[in-house]
Amino acid sequence: MIIFLNGEKCIVVENTTVLDLLIQKNIDVDTIVVEHNAKILQRENFSQITLCENDVLEVLRFVGGG
Amino acid sequence: MDALTIGNKKLKSRFFVGTGKFSNDAMVADVLKASGADVVTVALRRMNFKNPEQNILNYISDEHTLMPNTSGARNAEEAVRIARLARAAGCGNWIKIEVISDSKYLLPDNDETLKAVDMLAREGFVALAYMSPDLMAARRMRDAGAEAIMPLGAPIGTNKGLRTKELIQILINEIDLPIVVDAGIGKPSEAAEAMEMGAAAVLVNTALATAGNPVMMAKAFSKAVEAGRLAYLSGTGAVSEYAAPSSPLTGFLR
Repeated sequence: MIIFLNGEKCIVVENTTVLDLLIQKNIDVDTIVVEHNAKILQRENFSQITLCENDVLEVLRFVGGG
Repeated sequence: MDALTIGNKKLKSRFFVGTGKFSNDAMVADVLKASGADVVTVALRRMNFKNPEQNILNYISDEHTLMPNTSGARNAEEAVRIARLARAAGCGNWIKIEVISDSKYLLPDNDETLKAVDMLAREGFVALAYMSPDLMAARRMRDAGAEAIMPLGAPIGTNKGLRTKELIQILINEIDLPIVVDAGIGKPSEAAEAMEMGAAAVLVNTALATAGNPVMMAKAFSKAVEAGRLAYLSGTGAVSEYAAPSSPLTGFLR
């Protein structure tokens, strides 16, 4: 199925959780923040949320800025 | 230096440092060390999945007060969204509210900034408002719950110095909140000047990132901020139109 990850189409298999996807992408979950369908996810819930068709996921982290 | 308190936090330095545009993230650690800064700004952006290890926080030690900005926000709603995400990332509740819809001069939208300050202060954020130096707008920011006012000296990234000096002085005189001069400061002498005027602090990024030696420049700015603050606290002498001799006018050798 297709989800939208940081604005781009991304193919994921059924029953993938947010945590599964982040691990597949080699993301250190301690340093990021995730928004799922416009709702901020708490880290402890990454493994509770199963992705559905057309879900919108934003994965953000801090960068240099002034 | 005398301590500056913002949002119940006693800060150890009046020199705030931005971390954007350095040639590499690792340099940020050395710049911060040389600067003696407490407050450090960062931005929130989409993860780059091609380079997931890239993380500015690896170069900012825990002793710093992290101040994420809302850069990228074009209106209050977007600023609030970014602020909430930044807080959820677990680095405290400070936020530099920056709302910009003009891409040529990057001037802040004071009206949208005010709306964001109002919403975020209610949610318990320590809100610092990046704004054009307008007295009435600054009063509204204060009334809405801003913890500090951050007027620009000149457009972001220009290194033009204190072009808005007279207006900043009015804010310093009239607003009973810390005034942190942000944006435009290009040289240590300009940082010292802002501090001599009575600014509570200055925030510098581009002047460091674009310097020939950013680490040495951070040290120079640190000394300038301290010098300016001490001069302000000392009270500068009166300016006079005509000369006044510094040596006695008696006992001349003729």
